[in-house]
Amino acid sequence: MAYHRIVLTVNGTKEQVDVPSNMTLLRMLREKLALTGTKNGCAAGECGACTVMMNGEPVNSCMVLAAECDGAEIVTVEGLATDRQLDPIQTMMMETGGVQCGFCTPGILITARALLDRNPNPSEAEIREALVGNLCRCTGYFRIIDAVKKAAHAEAR
Amino acid sequence: MNNSHPALPEFDYLTPTSLMEASQFLAGHPSDARAFMGGTDCFVRMRDGLLPMKTMVDVKPLDGMNEIRFDSAKGLTIGAAVPMNAVAKHPEIRKNYPLLAQAAETVASYQLRSRATICGNICNASPAGDTIGASLVMNGVLTVHGVGGFRQEPLSKFFLGPGKTVLIPGDIVTAINFPILPAKSAGKYRKLGRNTLSDLSIVGVTVFGFPDKDTASGFRFKLALASVAPVPFVPVKAEEILAGSTISAESIKSASEAAMDSVTPIDDIRGSARYRKLMVRNLVNDTVTEVWKQLIG
Repeated sequence: MAYHRIVLTVNGTKEQVDVPSNMTLLRMLREKLALTGTKNGCAAGECGACTVMMNGEPVNSCMVLAAECDGAEIVTVEGLATDRQLDPIQTMMMETGGVQCGFCTPGILITARALLDRNPNPSEAEIREALVGNLCRCTGYFRIIDAVKKAAHAEAR
Repeated sequence: MNNSHPALPEFDYLTPTSLMEASQFLAGHPSDARAFMGGTDCFVRMRDGLLPMKTMVDVKPLDGMNEIRFDSAKGLTIGAAVPMNAVAKHPEIRKNYPLLAQAAETVASYQLRSRATICGNICNASPAGDTIGASLVMNGVLTVHGVGGFRQEPLSKFFLGPGKTVLIPGDIVTAINFPILPAKSAGKYRKLGRNTLSDLSIVGVTVFGFPDKDTASGFRFKLALASVAPVPFVPVKAEEILAGSTISAESIKSASEAAMDSVTPIDDIRGSARYRKLMVRNLVNDTVTEVWKQLIG
């Protein structure tokens, strides 16, 4: 099986990686770059635990080949905080108690960040629609939805 | 990766530099190479061992694949690699082809739609494909590149069975084209899933209507039904009823019953054949009524 040399930007840092053809973006992040914040849940594009930002849009990284990412800009959960300052959605997830076991949290943070980037003032229905691809088996979602509302409110101030 | 989920099997990833190179490679490897777009369907099937491929050919970067072009005289062209989210938010599509934007937004989740494409949805030829109905009722035509060059394939003759289309080895769909729609048209895609958002359809009903002075009713309705037949299904009898006499609650009801009688669904994990037939009747009735109300405004 062929290897491919790719150059991409991950959380603002340029990386050069050699990847086999069948390696997903998810596996590359975890196994080649040791960014284990992004989780492997269903490996079928349904649970959203592996969600990362690719060129500004959230994607299921289990469904993207690493070889396809030459030149891409990737942001993972490790890249949300800047200068030791948490992103508002991270702060609000802690404040509302939107985290229990935490396995879905990295994907939810990325999906919520992407929602607020494209729609700074989402309605509850829009928040629910945006998070439909992120499954959480602990919280019952209410506190997560609350966190997104509060982050939107905090950013509007 | 040490977990219970199967990794992708081994294959080679190929990035051809031209459509002809891609078509010739695919034609030379008819059973073990496949072109892919977003990969949202084929990677799942590969992990499950259902799609043994030695080579995956990435045709997304090739010429014209990523363009959306709208011309008020010629119509709309959507490159095959354009993701569904880009279709759903494009201003000209929202304004001139809102049914297509609405159907695209019903597919899976936002993340999936960052990668999934309309042409990929069509090429998979699943009877459940959410964007196929809108593409059918708006007379979509595919641009296909094969070893003999470009040709056009109308969607109305494209589907042969579940997962089966008229495409032959070497063929790559490069775009889907839509004509300018009739004036004052209206459309709606109604999807019944096991939950409100994100599931595959148990039944999907697409209705598109517009004024037409050549019919007895003064209107033409085009219908497409998902998940109720081996291919995306057009209930011709129901369309004839809606064209043939003045539209009323009664004629819509008899069209809905004709649609129910014309489908041949199966029992599967998402719903029984009997339930599907009843839901075809109810949803065709509701959706035609809704579109009809929009048309008479």
